[in-house]
Amino acid sequence: MSKELIRLRDLCMAFDDEPVLNHINLYINDKEFLTLLGPSGCGKTTTLRIIGGFATPTSGDVLFDGVRINDVPPYQRQINTVFQKYALFPHLNVYENIAFGLRMQRRPDPNDPTGKRKVKIPEEEIDQRVMEMLEVISLKGFEHRKPDALSGGQQQRVAIARALVNRPKVLLLDEPLGALDLKLRKDMQIELKRIQQQVGITFIYVTHDQEEALTMSDTIVVMDKGCIQQIGTPEDIYNEPKNAFVADFIGESNIIDGVMVRDKVVKMYGREFACLDGGFGENEPVDVVIRPEDIDIVPVEQGQLVGTVTNVTFKGMQYDIIVDFRGFKWLIQTTDHSPVGARIGIKIDPDGIHVMKKSQYSGMFGDYSSFSEEYDELDDASLALDEEESGDEE
Amino acid sequence: MKKNNSFLNRLFMVLVFVFLYAPIVLLIVFSFNAGNSNTVWKGFSLDWYAKLLHDRLIMQSVYTTLLVSLLATVIATVAGTFAAIGFYAMRRKLRDPLMTINNIPMMNADIVTGVSLCLFFVAFFGLWSDFASWFNGMQHLVRLPTRLTMGFGTLLIAHICFNIPYVILSVGPKLRQMDKNLVDAAMDLGCTWMQAFRKVILPEIKPGIVSGALTAFTMSIDDFVISYFTAGSSASTLAMTIYGMTKKRVTPEINAISTLLFVTVLVLLAIVNIREARQERRRSAELHRT
Amino acid sequence: MKNKLSHFAIPYVIWMALFVVAPIIIVVIYAFSSASGGFTLANFARMGTYAVVFTRSFKLAIIATIICLLIGYPVSYMMSKEGPRFQRIAMVLIMLPMWMNFLLRTYSWMSILENNGLLNQLFQKIGLIVLYNQVFGTDLQYFRLINTQGAVVLGMVYNYLPFMILPIYSVIIKLDRSLIEAAHDLGANTFNVFRRVILPLSLPGVLSGITMVFVPSVSTFAISKMLGGGTEMMLGDLIEQQFLGGAYNPQLGAAISLVMMVIVVVCMWVMNRFGEGEEQAVMM
Repeated sequence: MSKELIRLRDLCMAFDDEPVLNHINLYINDKEFLTLLGPSGCGKTTTLRIIGGFATPTSGDVLFDGVRINDVPPYQRQINTVFQKYALFPHLNVYENIAFGLRMQRRPDPNDPTGKRKVKIPEEEIDQRVMEMLEVISLKGFEHRKPDALSGGQQQRVAIARALVNRPKVLLLDEPLGALDLKLRKDMQIELKRIQQQVGITFIYVTHDQEEALTMSDTIVVMDKGCIQQIGTPEDIYNEPKNAFVADFIGESNIIDGVMVRDKVVKMYGREFACLDGGFGENEPVDVVIRPEDIDIVPVEQGQLVGTVTNVTFKGMQYDIIVDFRGFKWLIQTTDHSPVGARIGIKIDPDGIHVMKKSQYSGMFGDYSSFSEEYDELDDASLALDEEESGDEE
Repeated sequence: MKKNNSFLNRLFMVLVFVFLYAPIVLLIVFSFNAGNSNTVWKGFSLDWYAKLLHDRLIMQSVYTTLLVSLLATVIATVAGTFAAIGFYAMRRKLRDPLMTINNIPMMNADIVTGVSLCLFFVAFFGLWSDFASWFNGMQHLVRLPTRLTMGFGTLLIAHICFNIPYVILSVGPKLRQMDKNLVDAAMDLGCTWMQAFRKVILPEIKPGIVSGALTAFTMSIDDFVISYFTAGSSASTLAMTIYGMTKKRVTPEINAISTLLFVTVLVLLAIVNIREARQERRRSAELHRT
Repeated sequence: MKNKLSHFAIPYVIWMALFVVAPIIIVVIYAFSSASGGFTLANFARMGTYAVVFTRSFKLAIIATIICLLIGYPVSYMMSKEGPRFQRIAMVLIMLPMWMNFLLRTYSWMSILENNGLLNQLFQKIGLIVLYNQVFGTDLQYFRLINTQGAVVLGMVYNYLPFMILPIYSVIIKLDRSLIEAAHDLGANTFNVFRRVILPLSLPGVLSGITMVFVPSVSTFAISKMLGGGTEMMLGDLIEQQFLGGAYNPQLGAAISLVMMVIVVVCMWVMNRFGEGEEQAVMM
């Protein structure tokens, strides 16, 4: 069981009376890859900066190894940061950039019996560690280049090396892959995960890209408007989102208004569906999440619900099909093609239905209307048909 | 620890500002001195301002200074803007050496610029004298003046000469920052290049033109050495007059004119800055409203 | 269309040829001519007799530049750490004196430094002069402040300090904040951040500032006349003498001017290669 390394206790932060963080409570373990995930302005970068020492919280505590470090400046924390735009020193070459932190370090003199005197790290050790790092990031031979002579990906790796060479206990990464193109980003995601496991330290990663978070993290912390919405493993967050915001932010979701009739039975569109969730009150209003890939298209007679296709887009791996169910648009991802305007039935397995409590986010997400404005007139015609046939249950 | 540093820092900066302004403040204070000196205070009086307005020599040089500065600024701004546009449109190989030459009056020591122009004018007048004599001798319809001397004309030319580079240096970056596609877009939508120039390029570089003009005006007002060498004996700027006075006897009229100058500049700068601040506030308010 | 636009510059090119290039050529011609018109290097040889003037000008200009640097760099650095409102006001305050005439600024020091000027009056009132007399056994009525080399240096510093502050400030203010944070992150305390990141990256501004103070300082003549009393002749005085003063020798004056121009060219070259921020410095 890894031990707890960082604890954020009731952290609040406001800029000029504008609240940015709202009672954040979080603990982070040693050797963990933890991602702070959320849209712009949710407070994830602010949280990271507080941990790094670049911002002071308005109230609350930051504990490192059990010690309160609110007032400890960044240069005294055993934490290093990879900045969003790399912040490589333009007047130093790659070698000196990486060696910078090592040259700053002072440690007790081994020759001094009292251990009070502090000396610099000897040059040979600096050289050995820097060259070792260059090997890790596969940039051997680039020592004498200046940052402006490197590509984006290379600069990024130098930034990581510069941080890691100091052997920090925690590495903070502030959206480091944002400026890279897609293929390079995906390669770097795998690379970063590998480095984290190889070096064996805690990574705290900030991103707004949910796919990135799902790929790399051991734990994801979903944030919005300064509050933590959910903490969990990637599978948990994906399969069991706690509210409509998380459901919508991670992957695509259809979120439907429903009523929990009783355990393992939820009612949508006036029809009852079997599901696996329980623990709600009887007839409690709930939000129902159904992932587009969990929906099967079946002939109308076999469908649990019937709707009209309004839009079909070929995405390579699958078709994105927008279906209208009584004015509310669903997204279905499937490899089967259905023509636009067709009436189709859908069937959902019980484990494809996930029920969440209602929250402030209910009703804000989950409708794919914006995908298919041009077929509104078609909707009116088929709506009339729908009402007629809704009596058909099977 | 941080608070202490901040206080010491502020103290140091305040001391520097005191150093910069103490002499000026003293000048202003003593302009209201009833006595005749700059060192002994004899009571409050506005006499010197009255005497200033009646002093023909000083008022004439104030007039000359303002006239030269304004004229030179206007001409330099127009000429400099066109020149900057011309340079912008040139190939790099042609532009670089020309820009180096352009920077010379700015970078050169004032006295070298003044001396070189002085020699140039003298040489030119010599040649002109020969030419005019010959020309007058050839015919009797037009009589050209044979003796030209340095005066307001040469003074003006000199001021224009060192003002234009500042305008170019101010407009140039704005041109470079301008989106190249704007002009193409304008032409695509039906503008001739003259219209494109007026409707697209000019508005984009307007801030550069304004700040270039302000800089040129400052440099003209501030100048002493170049004027000294190129105004000859017939024209005199305020600086030259004061310099002449320091050789003999200085009266506190100088203080009075300094005060007036300072107040004028202060008001102008205050207005400019308040306008800028107000525009900024309006712009950010609009952004927040949307 | 771009080609057509480049024609806009033609009038100015002609102007430059007439009023920038031609005058310099004339100076060069004069520098190498004798009074009778022939080619000679005698003018440059004669400059040797004025070696004292050269060294004095250089010495004072260097001292003034160093003082401006010692005052100007800290001011720029401190200004960059303040809020935007303070910075805006500070910029206006620093540039305001530049809008007043150069001569007026220099003149203003005369009355302060005079023998019975304001500073001496202050010293008398607080008994500093009496104290000095007691300590050193002298019999002074006042401290001789004006008409000294010190006064000239003071005048130079006073006039050209803004030209040191502006380029340094404009470079420091543009430094990427995240570089400073990165340095902190890597273990550098405030002093080390300054020494290893801010200082090296602000060097281009420093070079510009040095050039913009040194060149006018080494060639000044009004300041030395007004605050130096004309007893200690400097390069500017020397040149002026050759043209409008007593010793009429435009050839010698031209030679000295040529030397001055070479100094400027060297400074310009250094600034072009390493300098930055001078554009902003001459702007508002």
